[in-house]
Amino acid sequence: MNDAGRAGAPVRYVAKNMRLDLRLLAEMITPGARVLDIGCGDGTLIDHLYRTHGCDARGIEIDMAEVTRAVAHGLPVMHGDADADLGQYPDGAFDYVVLSRTLQAVERPREVLRQMLRIGRHALVSFPNFGHWELRWQLLWTGRMPNTTVWGRPWYETPNIHPCTIRDFFALADQEGYVVERWLAVDDAGQRSPWRRFPGLANMFGEQALFQLRRA
Amino acid sequence: MDQLQLPSVDHQHLVLDAALMLDCGTALPHVQIAYRTYGTLNTARSNAILICHALTGDQYVAETHPVTGKDGWWDVVVGPGKPIDTDRYFVIATNVLGGCMGSTGPRSARNGDPAALWGTDFPPVTIRDMVRAQKHLVDQLGIARLFAVIGGSMGGMQVLQWAASYPEQVFAAVPIATAPYHSAQNIAFNEVGRQSIFADPDWQQGRYWQSGALPARGLAVARMVAHITYLSEEALTRKFGRRMRRTSLAVFNDMFEVESYLQHQGSTFVGRFDANSYLTITRACDWFDLAADYEGALSKAFVGTRTRFCLISFTSDWLYPTAESRAVARALNGAGANVSFVEIGSDKGHDAFLLDEPDFHRTLAGFLGGCAEHAGLAP
Repeated sequence: MNDAGRAGAPVRYVAKNMRLDLRLLAEMITPGARVLDIGCGDGTLIDHLYRTHGCDARGIEIDMAEVTRAVAHGLPVMHGDADADLGQYPDGAFDYVVLSRTLQAVERPREVLRQMLRIGRHALVSFPNFGHWELRWQLLWTGRMPNTTVWGRPWYETPNIHPCTIRDFFALADQEGYVVERWLAVDDAGQRSPWRRFPGLANMFGEQALFQLRRA
Repeated sequence: MDQLQLPSVDHQHLVLDAALMLDCGTALPHVQIAYRTYGTLNTARSNAILICHALTGDQYVAETHPVTGKDGWWDVVVGPGKPIDTDRYFVIATNVLGGCMGSTGPRSARNGDPAALWGTDFPPVTIRDMVRAQKHLVDQLGIARLFAVIGGSMGGMQVLQWAASYPEQVFAAVPIATAPYHSAQNIAFNEVGRQSIFADPDWQQGRYWQSGALPARGLAVARMVAHITYLSEEALTRKFGRRMRRTSLAVFNDMFEVESYLQHQGSTFVGRFDANSYLTITRACDWFDLAADYEGALSKAFVGTRTRFCLISFTSDWLYPTAESRAVARALNGAGANVSFVEIGSDKGHDAFLLDEPDFHRTLAGFLGGCAEHAGLAP
């Protein structure tokens, strides 16, 4: 079953972008690093990181069917969620803590980020950008909640309870005192574009954003 | 009561070459541990899996039981091509210390005198004592490191104890449907079972072996109570509901099928289990509290561990509910351990780990396969 089609699951990359997401994340992670992937799904990224980067990569996933699939593939994945299951890890347990397309679906995004940067040296966060022009246009023109490929679920049943824009995320990082080590935005075709250096433009044209943070 | 005797069978065993120091302070000499093995130990001696049994299980995991004539208790899981694949792994299964299927326990001769059995004088043993005895056996078999230690229920407690006591000797640990300590509810059910044994006049203060009678009634009731805790309400409803079994023409002599089932469970149990062993082992479970040995912090039991863990629980298990496995998983995270944790959807209750549960079996096989890759075992 496709994640995007299942009730209750957060928005995820469609297949063509999934590869891109993995590639972009994997590029940012140094070989041999200790990695925790929160919301790891069936563990594709941790498997990739172990096999190609020699990483000690582990996962947490809320969907039990995905957990079962991952563990049955020999991957170290535990059932849990970002809101409840980060607190018990010791400080600095990981080099990277990854939260891929899940931030917008957690109950307390700010607390989750704090935990990520407590237990990891770097946080890698990707999220769908609610500032994309198509969403702005739909809201302005129709006066209704936007409905796009990425934001395809009606307001009353979306698991994405905390949508944010790229500028919102910059503001939160600033407010919390995090250093944005790297960031990038990609358009709907998954291409990095010339506007990637300009947050204002990226916020308009970037469909998805990827940030690497560390504590100041 | 009839002169019911437990059958006398020669069980494959090994005598530990040193006295076993127990938690109670007693040094137990000439400890005999009954065991069975399946599959072949590789030349590197690196493919051994120890299976730890539950309260009333034993070493006959994957073969016809010599006493009951039934299939091995984990026949669905252990064997060629099965989740614990004996074509690939060398499986060792022991009978726990305090047991009654060939290992030293209350039914053993005290000080080598076959006329004087230990009975209730058998020293109290703990889960850690059981694991100590297994460790001696594994050492004597010349196996420096176990590829995996796997067990459900009380077997899962032994797995946790193994990982805490001998982390360097356990590459992978699979505690299934278990808990880091016995809850008040667990202890309460065990106490009902013990009291029912004590209340049987044939128990004779535990010296029933002198008269030759067995406290069969008390032990059967203990088994019946325990058996209810192994099932779920859904499983009982599905299997029996309110169906009646016609026993005579008189209307009120009929019996519910669930009554008949429990009575059968109770009466067959007394033919294979020793009442004093039941008392000894249920107490060992009740005393189990792994965190207590580590200043009350379960994480401390696993600090620095390199063992790979896979915790498995079942949705309808109310004897060792998922929350207890989750607590272990979180403690392991706190220790920085490598943890997999899955809750399997099943309506079969605690007993699900013994039954045909495809998701459970795929999870177990996949976890072991992944570990084998990390351990460098040949496919």
